[in-house]
Amino acid sequence: MSIMSKVLRLAGALIVLGVIVILAIMFVPTQRTPVQAQIASDDVVVASSGEYVSRLGDCMACHTVEGGKPFAGGYSIDSPLGAIYSSNITPDPEYGIGNWTLDDFRAALYDGIGKGGHRLYPAMPSANYRKLSEADIASLYDYLMNEVEPVAEKAPETELPFPFNQRWGLRLWDWVAYKDAGFEPRYNDPVLDRGAYLVEGPGHCGACHSPRTALFVQSGYNAEDSKFLTGGVIGGWYAQPLRGSNSVSAYWDEAQMVSFLKTGRNAHSGVAGEMTAVVSHSLQYFTDEDLTAIAKYLRHISVDTESSPRVLNVEAEKSTAAMLLAASPDMELGARLYLDNCNACHFSAGRGADGVFPELVGNSMVLADEQGGFLDVILNGAEMPSTATRPSRLRMPGFRERLSDDEVAALASFVRQAWGNNAGPVTAKTVAEVRATTSK
Amino acid sequence: MARRDPKKDVVIIGLGWTGSIAGIELAKEGLDILALERGADRDTVPDFQYPNVADELRYGVRYGFMQKPAKSTVTLRHGQNDTALPMRHLGSFLPGDGVGGAGMHWNGNTWRPQAEELRLKSYVTEEFGADIIPEDMTIQDWGVSYEELEPYFDRFEYMLGISGQAGNLGGKTVPGGNPFEAPRSREFPMKPLQMQLGPRMFRDKAEELGLHPFPMPAAIASESYVNEYGMQLGPCNYCGFCERYGCLNYSKSSPQTCILDALKRYDNFSYRTHCEVLKVELSADGKTATGVTYFDEAAQEEVFQPADLVIMAAYSLHNTHLCLLSGIGKPYDPVKGEGVVGRNYAYQMTGGTKAFFEDVEFNPFVGSGSSAYVIDDYGTNQIDFAAEGFIGGGYIHASQLNGQPIRNLPLPAGVPSWGAGWKKGVKDWYGHSLGVSLHGSNMSYRDCYLDLDPTYTDRHGRPLLRMTFDWKDNDIRMSQFMKEKIERVVEELNPTSFKSSYKDIGARYDIRPYQSTHNVGGTAMGTDPATSVINRYQQSWDVHNVFLLGAGSFPQNLQYNPTGALGGLTYWTLDAIRRDYLSAPGPLV
Repeated sequence: MSIMSKVLRLAGALIVLGVIVILAIMFVPTQRTPVQAQIASDDVVVASSGEYVSRLGDCMACHTVEGGKPFAGGYSIDSPLGAIYSSNITPDPEYGIGNWTLDDFRAALYDGIGKGGHRLYPAMPSANYRKLSEADIASLYDYLMNEVEPVAEKAPETELPFPFNQRWGLRLWDWVAYKDAGFEPRYNDPVLDRGAYLVEGPGHCGACHSPRTALFVQSGYNAEDSKFLTGGVIGGWYAQPLRGSNSVSAYWDEAQMVSFLKTGRNAHSGVAGEMTAVVSHSLQYFTDEDLTAIAKYLRHISVDTESSPRVLNVEAEKSTAAMLLAASPDMELGARLYLDNCNACHFSAGRGADGVFPELVGNSMVLADEQGGFLDVILNGAEMPSTATRPSRLRMPGFRERLSDDEVAALASFVRQAWGNNAGPVTAKTVAEVRATTSK
Repeated sequence: MARRDPKKDVVIIGLGWTGSIAGIELAKEGLDILALERGADRDTVPDFQYPNVADELRYGVRYGFMQKPAKSTVTLRHGQNDTALPMRHLGSFLPGDGVGGAGMHWNGNTWRPQAEELRLKSYVTEEFGADIIPEDMTIQDWGVSYEELEPYFDRFEYMLGISGQAGNLGGKTVPGGNPFEAPRSREFPMKPLQMQLGPRMFRDKAEELGLHPFPMPAAIASESYVNEYGMQLGPCNYCGFCERYGCLNYSKSSPQTCILDALKRYDNFSYRTHCEVLKVELSADGKTATGVTYFDEAAQEEVFQPADLVIMAAYSLHNTHLCLLSGIGKPYDPVKGEGVVGRNYAYQMTGGTKAFFEDVEFNPFVGSGSSAYVIDDYGTNQIDFAAEGFIGGGYIHASQLNGQPIRNLPLPAGVPSWGAGWKKGVKDWYGHSLGVSLHGSNMSYRDCYLDLDPTYTDRHGRPLLRMTFDWKDNDIRMSQFMKEKIERVVEELNPTSFKSSYKDIGARYDIRPYQSTHNVGGTAMGTDPATSVINRYQQSWDVHNVFLLGAGSFPQNLQYNPTGALGGLTYWTLDAIRRDYLSAPGPLV
């Protein structure tokens, strides 16, 4: 047999093998993850109403359009591949999940597999929801089936370009992304374990606040992975790190953490960007016990780490404040723009005011390498969500009409360097990009 | 044919301070509520946003947030034998016309009435004898005491978030506060505002003279604040854009900053803007209201809105106007001395002295509507009416409001009012003056009243409200008394020069220059249906499911700004409605 024919035979065999593998990926039925035993104590998996579980999982944020019928889907999630539309999860038998069994429902949460076996796009955070307890899944199922109004409306189809419209390919991604199902208590402390369960499981905090790999797989699903919750990027915004000595979890105290989660504001900061909807639809409904558990858990995995804690530069704070107060006509452009546009609320010390005007000193959004969020706020303003305990929709106006790209760049660069802030400058080109891609 | 909308439990006329309080307190009861606001919807952003709202020409001069005379005005005359003419340009007073009402464009001076003021006629009679009351003066007791209202003043002040210094805590005098105030049950919610140079100079001199200066009670936050509804204020930056403006900084108490976002969370509450109520409709026997008819601007049609309870929370003048148009209460007839609606209209006596200091730079652009030191040493409860020959009193304040360049260019006597001399005067004197002003009471009189104009109508064909009002010697004597006291302090400050402006004997009411938006009375409260429109719970004597909120309830004017008093009364009334009226609708007295 000639070399050539050997090569041809080998190539032929590889092609056949490849086709078999692809056919197998496409057609061999997936094994659904079975019911997970009730491994956590009652302290950790608190029996709660299905409606409460839906708040914990923030189902509404994605499965309801603004002003639309609850859980009827149609919300557009912008992915790098195109718009992914959420599905109708009301109990309507034709357009919703009315004829889904509990096993079908669990498979969607755990394995990202819809009824009929099709793969769900990973906008559905099944990689996180795999930690949901059976009790929470069952009560959530019961709630969606029996307490939510059925909506007989078809949610729009997601139409991604080839090859991403080949859902069978997601099976490969799922192999990489999905870790063991179920939640393993590990702190021997019911409060910390409850916090870990909420953050890692239903709260799916890691979906935004952890970095993603080149394959868009979340880096880590619990604190044992050093990249877990060390910050990510969503919609051009920096989703700040929730662990580490430089994170807010270390810098804020427990009460301030709870306040932020519950009301979207605290003595240091105010919520903005994608997180606004999380506070609005989900976190404000958490019990104080659950919010405290989250705060304790995040602080637990932050304050004991090795990196040095955040140090404020008191001298630099004073010197910037003094320079602004002196208001010399020949001050640099960025400083003058700050006085003319920002000082009224954030003040010369850059410290704002508790619960109302966010601090700019050490503000993670201001200092982020990913500058989109900060520039978005300067250009378009921001609004705190109305919550039961803090109903004020405090709004910062946008300065899009008032400031040019060069001016925003000078202003943002100044703020990133003022009061001891130490982040790189912003270019007018970056401002122009954010201006072009953000709405008014 | 009017559109007829589905019935509501409650309809509220006007969404300013009192309408917003009524809305949220009744929303808590689960009632189905509709508020009708004649003007535009307004919120901090975008309507008051930085820096657009700091536009003196648009809002300060051209009255951007005020009612438009083409749509709503009054006619005025000085006496019963004159012919009233319509006010075609705002001047003397500035009612608001949108969500937040005048509660969004005020200065935030927030006072409680003196205990004596709430029973003025009894106080005067007991202390000085009924014979000192002039024959044409129609002062009355309010029918509710300070002690009864104290918890409600307290609640209103904590809801607004007032910055101030208590002077009388439960009967104990506290240094630095107003020693002449009635006892309050606790401290102000926030520490006083920071004070600028002018007020501080006045404070020091007043103390030196044995007087008792204290910081103006301010509905302007000196720090971050959260009220009972969870609503928030941020600390003031002293930009000086308070009166005539919405606050750009979430610092000034207003329905927007203190109530509305919380109220909007109630599914059982809704409001409609650009909906002016034309009339409250009554049942055939006239004993109950059946709802209101309003003009829906968007639909360009009249709408009948049925309701079980009607809360009239429009500006005082409009509440009186609506009562007259609707047949709620008997209109006042000054000739026969009968009837009540429109009776006891009163205003506010103001005046002031400007002192000029060539060597002092006041930086007037740093200020606020309530940046002031005040003395109450010549208040109503401190003056010997028999000896001084007048009934009333006032507080004296040195304020640093703003340095707005169009309207705030005080110039010494002798500086030309135009041309190169004026320009030089402005250059020389901008920022070199300190104002010390009177804020004084105004009594009610038989021939100062409101009724329907026989000639002029509004765009809906309704007769305009006619105001018959002039200054009276009693109040002018009070003003002259205060002039002497103020000039004494000012002279002691040793200015380069000063000039005064007070009403002199013979002064007539001039509706053109701004004086104050403190129009009171017209729907006075009291204990006698023959001399009041509403009972001590601000409930119509004649139509029990109509309540009237606001300064229209005052039987004569206080020496103070009215908001603190009308806010306390509003909570008092809402408490009575919630406690007693809802379960058993009927007259509460």
